[in-house]
Amino acid sequence: MKHKVTTTVNGRKHEHEVEPRLLLVHYLRDEPGLTGTHIGCDTSQCGACTIHVDGKAVKSCTMFAVQADGKSLTTIEGMAKDGELHPIQQAFWDEHGLQCGYCTPGFIMAAAYLLGQNPNPTEDEIRKGLEGNLCRCTGYVNIVKAVQTAAKTMSTSPARKATVAAGGN
Amino acid sequence: MAVSQLVGAKIHRREDPRLITGHGHYIDDFTRQGAAHAAFVRSPFAHARIKSIDVTDASKAPGVAGVYTARDFKGQLAGTHPAAPAFVADKKYIPERFPIAEKEACYQGEIVAAVLAETKGQAADAANLIQVVYEELPAVMDLEKAMASGSPKVHEGAADNISWDMTYTGPDVSEAAFKEADVVVEERILQNRLAPVPMEPRGVLAEFETYDKKLTIWMSSQNPHFIRLFVSGAMGLKESQVRVISPDVGGGFGSKISPYPEDYLVPALSRLAERPVKWIETRTESIQNATHGRGQFYDVEVAAKKDGTLLGMRMTQFLDVGAYVGTFSAFQACACLMAGGAYKWKGISARTIGILTNRVPTDPYRGAGRPEATHLVERMVDLVARELKIDPVEIRKKNFIQPQEFPYTQNFGLVVDSGEYARALDVALKLAGYDDLRKRQADLRKQGRYLGIGLSTWIELCGFGPSAATAPATGGIALVESAQVRVTPTGSVIVYTGTHSHGQGHETTFPQIVADQLGVPYESVELRHGDTAEGTAFGYGTYGSRSLAVGGVAISKAVGKVIDKGKKLAAHMLEAAEEDVVYEHGAFHVKGSPDKSKAFGEVAFASYGMNLPEGMEQGLEAVAYFDPPNLVWPFGTHIAVVEVDAETGSAKLEKYIAVDDCGNIINPMIVDGQIHGGIVQGVAQALYEEVVYDDETGQLKTGTLLDYMLPSANEIPPLSLDHTITPSPTNDLGVKGIGEAGTIAASAAVINAVCDALSPLGIKHVDMPASPDRLWKMMKEARQ
Repeated sequence: MKHKVTTTVNGRKHEHEVEPRLLLVHYLRDEPGLTGTHIGCDTSQCGACTIHVDGKAVKSCTMFAVQADGKSLTTIEGMAKDGELHPIQQAFWDEHGLQCGYCTPGFIMAAAYLLGQNPNPTEDEIRKGLEGNLCRCTGYVNIVKAVQTAAKTMSTSPARKATVAAGGN
Repeated sequence: MAVSQLVGAKIHRREDPRLITGHGHYIDDFTRQGAAHAAFVRSPFAHARIKSIDVTDASKAPGVAGVYTARDFKGQLAGTHPAAPAFVADKKYIPERFPIAEKEACYQGEIVAAVLAETKGQAADAANLIQVVYEELPAVMDLEKAMASGSPKVHEGAADNISWDMTYTGPDVSEAAFKEADVVVEERILQNRLAPVPMEPRGVLAEFETYDKKLTIWMSSQNPHFIRLFVSGAMGLKESQVRVISPDVGGGFGSKISPYPEDYLVPALSRLAERPVKWIETRTESIQNATHGRGQFYDVEVAAKKDGTLLGMRMTQFLDVGAYVGTFSAFQACACLMAGGAYKWKGISARTIGILTNRVPTDPYRGAGRPEATHLVERMVDLVARELKIDPVEIRKKNFIQPQEFPYTQNFGLVVDSGEYARALDVALKLAGYDDLRKRQADLRKQGRYLGIGLSTWIELCGFGPSAATAPATGGIALVESAQVRVTPTGSVIVYTGTHSHGQGHETTFPQIVADQLGVPYESVELRHGDTAEGTAFGYGTYGSRSLAVGGVAISKAVGKVIDKGKKLAAHMLEAAEEDVVYEHGAFHVKGSPDKSKAFGEVAFASYGMNLPEGMEQGLEAVAYFDPPNLVWPFGTHIAVVEVDAETGSAKLEKYIAVDDCGNIINPMIVDGQIHGGIVQGVAQALYEEVVYDDETGQLKTGTLLDYMLPSANEIPPLSLDHTITPSPTNDLGVKGIGEAGTIAASAAVINAVCDALSPLGIKHVDMPASPDRLWKMMKEARQ
């Protein structure tokens, strides 16, 4: 039996008939075809599938698509606007916060939520705040640096700060 | 090379805009119209006879397009899993391996059946309906027991469980050194089995075009050309009928080098079902089936004089091969050849034994053999220092190969190209504040706290692999590298490399080299890789820190050929003699007459026209292969500072200093990134990670990331990096490799720090991972 699910993804409304067992991450990848959200572990350890659900960072493998009915979702594809990178994306680029790039969308989404909650985190708060995401390439050094750089940029750009606090939409 | 602006500069990566916006193209992002999804049924037992397989229910399940067992693939696939000579050319026993088990499953996870269905979910559901009757057999798990003559066998009917037993240098080689010894130190050193865990699991999408007889495979691979070679051979196709595309790859770390059963089965399923077939590995499938690394132990003895002079070593490597011999499993035996480290020895006796067990096969994992060698020699040197009450810094400096001794022929006949080991050590000691650390350690000890400082003065060999240097060990296989440089009529430069980038940033660094050498805008140079339909006839892939030192140099050679042809054409255009034409800053000009000049773009355009020198063909492109005269030998010093909690046994990495020397640096940002990631994988081996199987049943106990502990940002302290630069004389760029250095160095630094921390308790050696439970037990025992 399929269920109707209505979502708003990156500001666009979608309606799909889905199986009740369909995970939100598979829904995003298979229905709207947003493949920037990655699957890395199946047990909610790695955080590669992190998105925002109504402004909160959620590992999208921990939710069924039917649970997202009526909700507003932001994925990595919704972070850059009009060809301009989000300050966190820019900071990951500037600080070499990625190598293979597979975990990166999840880290960017987790960092966006973290900075929305705590715009000026200490290094320790960044490390604790990102412990739900795993990276195998960077040793986290430049990821932490990227979040610090993004925090600085965003503190001098109030418009962007407001955007992130609202979950990127 | 010309004076450069790009080489050595921090250039932002070209790969990143697509990757940070969610527009990368990883294997699971690809699909083909009409593709069926594959799911595999895998043996739940480490060792079992397959009595029967009933596919009746599965065949009738919703959406199922086909159910297949070993018999169905018999006409599709031929041959056995390839096992390269690597560093053990002469193996005693290589069990036959078909990609799907028929009568006997030899590790938990081995494929016994396959299902095709319209959706992933339907394929997984149907796989659960296949009824396999197994008869469980004894699992061979312990290396020492596996070597005993009465042991059960990993494969029924085999004579024994020994795949190889090779003595590189016999006991006689170190006999004199041991006779001279004032002290002999012995230890057994374990290397925990590790899962490489690239964040992107593997995956294969294959489309066999029934009427064209052409096969295209999209997959997550470190070396697509090797896959084309092996898969075409197994499927009875010509290499020309097969195209392998390895797009953005989410990390490899060695686990995406060798061909896997699914790499054969998915294309074969596409040919059988006459439709595209896609399979994406789950994380549990990955930890269960992707090749593991390490999984060894070493028995080592070191002879030394009272003053700390190292004399001789006797070592035996006991290597857990797993149930089948991995394609490059025997590469890990290079640990024997590297056991001497950065030091001078009178004699080293080395033997490697490859032992089969009912576990998933081992194969190279980041560093492969060199982390084991570093760990072994750095531990042993510390043990000797402790026995003789000499500072770990002093014993190292006393025994280093000295700068004036390079090129240095080490105990196994390998020639170390260049080095300045004491300089890197001094820079690291200063950066760490070594003397202050020792004072702090003494203060904390008075308070009953256990702070330790560990050194790792590592060296490695990489840039695999020159035919001349590796011939004795490989049976003459040349892991050279290829490049093609094509210049379009408007002067754009397209560079094809046989290496593959899966995080290393080749799309950025290789154009840096080319743009500098040609003196053309960086933006006009584009790198292509990862598609066997483009570029040279054969590429050798990325592993063993070889991409720059072999592949980068091949590119530079191809650029040189383009310039040579350009000179001939420019001389014709300028009505000058070829020998009078020089190429500088992107233009060909006549020596002494800078105004008589043709820009690179003009010459490129002219090369496609009709006014060419007699006998010259149109176009401006070149292919080059580079077979280096030697391997390259990076080195450095890492220092770890660890505090072990006196109550809980938890080891906390407080500070980490790394001074590395990889010769000339193309992009310092990328080099540091490689070192960061490498270090953390080494730290993870030392403190956190271990693949655990049940000793009796062979059941995998660490099959998810819940049980297999990858460190998060919260476990890792900031890392302090610095460099020394000792150019390699082996290649024109003066470069060495850096991809594996961090991992090669780190486990020894961390464990030396843990052992140093616990030395007041009389603890001399700690095995990995130095987890809280292991340390707590050791501390409790030591206090009794």
